[in-house]
Amino acid sequence: MKLLECPINGIRPLSEFTYGGEYRDMPNPDTCSDKEWAAYVHYRNGAPGVKKEWWYHGPSGTWFIAERDTMADKVIRTYIAGQEEAK
Amino acid sequence: MPLGLLKYGLSKEHPAPRFFQDRTQPKKSYDAVIIGGGGHGLAAAYYLAKDYGITNVAVLEKGYIGGGNTGRNTTIVRSNYLTPEGVNFYDASVKMYEDLSEELDLNLFYSTRGHFTLAHTESAMRTMRWRAEVNKHVGVESRVVGPDEISQACPQLDIQCSGQAPILGALYHAPGSVARHDAVAWGYAKEADRLGVEIFQMTEVTGIDVKSGKVVGVNTNKGYIETNRVLSAVAGFTPRITDMVDIETPIVIHPLQACVSEPMKPWLDTILVSGSLHVYVSQSSRGELVMGSSLDPYEVHSTRSSLDFVEGLTSHIVDMFPFLSNVKVVRQWAGMADLTPDFAPVMGKTPVEGFYLDAGWGTWGFKATPISGKTMAETIARDVAPDLIQPFRLSRFEDYELTGEKGAASVGH
Ligand SMILES: Cc1cc2nc3c(=O)[nH]c(=O)nc-3n(C[C@H](O)[C@H](O)[C@H](O)COP(=O)(O)OP(=O)(O)OC[C@H]3O[C@@H](n4cnc5c(N)ncnc54)[C@H](O)[C@@H]3O)c2cc1C
Repeated sequence: MKLLECPINGIRPLSEFTYGGEYRDMPNPDTCSDKEWAAYVHYRNGAPGVKKEWWYHGPSGTWFIAERDTMADKVIRTYIAGQEEAK
Repeated sequence: MPLGLLKYGLSKEHPAPRFFQDRTQPKKSYDAVIIGGGGHGLAAAYYLAKDYGITNVAVLEKGYIGGGNTGRNTTIVRSNYLTPEGVNFYDASVKMYEDLSEELDLNLFYSTRGHFTLAHTESAMRTMRWRAEVNKHVGVESRVVGPDEISQACPQLDIQCSGQAPILGALYHAPGSVARHDAVAWGYAKEADRLGVEIFQMTEVTGIDVKSGKVVGVNTNKGYIETNRVLSAVAGFTPRITDMVDIETPIVIHPLQACVSEPMKPWLDTILVSGSLHVYVSQSSRGELVMGSSLDPYEVHSTRSSLDFVEGLTSHIVDMFPFLSNVKVVRQWAGMADLTPDFAPVMGKTPVEGFYLDAGWGTWGFKATPISGKTMAETIARDVAPDLIQPFRLSRFEDYELTGEKGAASVGH
């Protein structure tokens, strides 16, 4: 992967982007157990696969989601969080 | 000896002695199965046999032994870490390395060079002082030195780093060493095999059979093997194995790359590391400069190497050593580093009975090969993890008791 498509700015060189880790749902800190919170804070899905990830386009300050195959390092699609359907 | 050689002079056959037996089909059952024929798995097998007399052991390696991160690292061995737990652990490993060539009856080219961690900023100097004090407290030889002493040890180094990032000082660690990494794997394999351990290459574990919370066997591409003790020592493949037993860990995989230059006459005695420039460099006994950098910036499960890496690394190498600008890089490669959030390993027992984990070795596990083999063998034999590795237990994450090694173990601090 050398190029990445920013949903706002189009295809840009990878050097303009920062990886933000896998997209994960946060448990409710008021109702979840300490164990569940610890798992949310520390544990990760480390196995290869197609993952939803946070990426950041630096020059334009855009956070967005990329669906990427972490084995082949190929991006399937990118979109602004919450606007998945619009694409 | 000369007569033995003469025999081969008269014969057309020149059989090279095998290091370990060439086996293809595992037996139906073993007392313990070790997944992964890297340095860690093979060392654990050796110490199981040697220290505990447990020899009915199979080491299953899906490729060839030492073909994982063991054969891909930049071979730096040191113990100048940040936490007392880490310093104690790695110091025990350095001490084992010092006698390992003799113990394994194989020349590991273990070469003590002295190790400088260069500081280019005041905040880096502060970390160096901190590490020096922790090291001295635990009895490990480390001290902060100024630019003069660095220049004396390495006159070729441009202390101003071409004006980009002048060096203010360094953490000097006299025991810092390099070794031949594949020899470590082969040495442990040879001695484990001699004691009765069976090593199978091209043998991949595809599943782990757990019944009522206990390991009962493993599935492989060569059939089912019964066993109630399984050690996973697979570094960059750890999440795929822990998924087989439904265990959650914090481990994520990022590639880590390295390269070597064309061989030169020996000129670099010491090992130099710069956190700010993301560089570590030493000269191998073959004369090549062995160079590494920081991790690739995002998760990938592959060992593909990139031009970006060599470009970035060499530009910093030339800042340090302008005279190297015409030297060629002849090989580059990548390994898959298994990273933890606190830069300490994950070792010991797990929630699944009989499933033991030796992982989270990231960019720092080669130096730990002997001590992790020894302590994991003890954990498997006694079903209790020794005190030395308690700080690295998997349950530390649920207990919020991390072993914050960050700043010492990774280059990019
Ligand atoms: C570029 C680079 C530089 C490094 N530099 C240093 C350094 O200077 N100093 C230092 O201390 N550390 C360094 N490291 C880290 C060090 O190399 C590793 O932490 C260490 O070698 C891990 O050893 P291991 O035996 O646990 O794993 P590995 O050597 O990776 O062995 C794991 C083995 O498991 C096998 N395997 C995986 N899945 C299966 C399966 N399902 N069935 C059967 N077999 C399987 C793999 O094929 C592999 O051979 C570096 C790493 C890299 C990549």
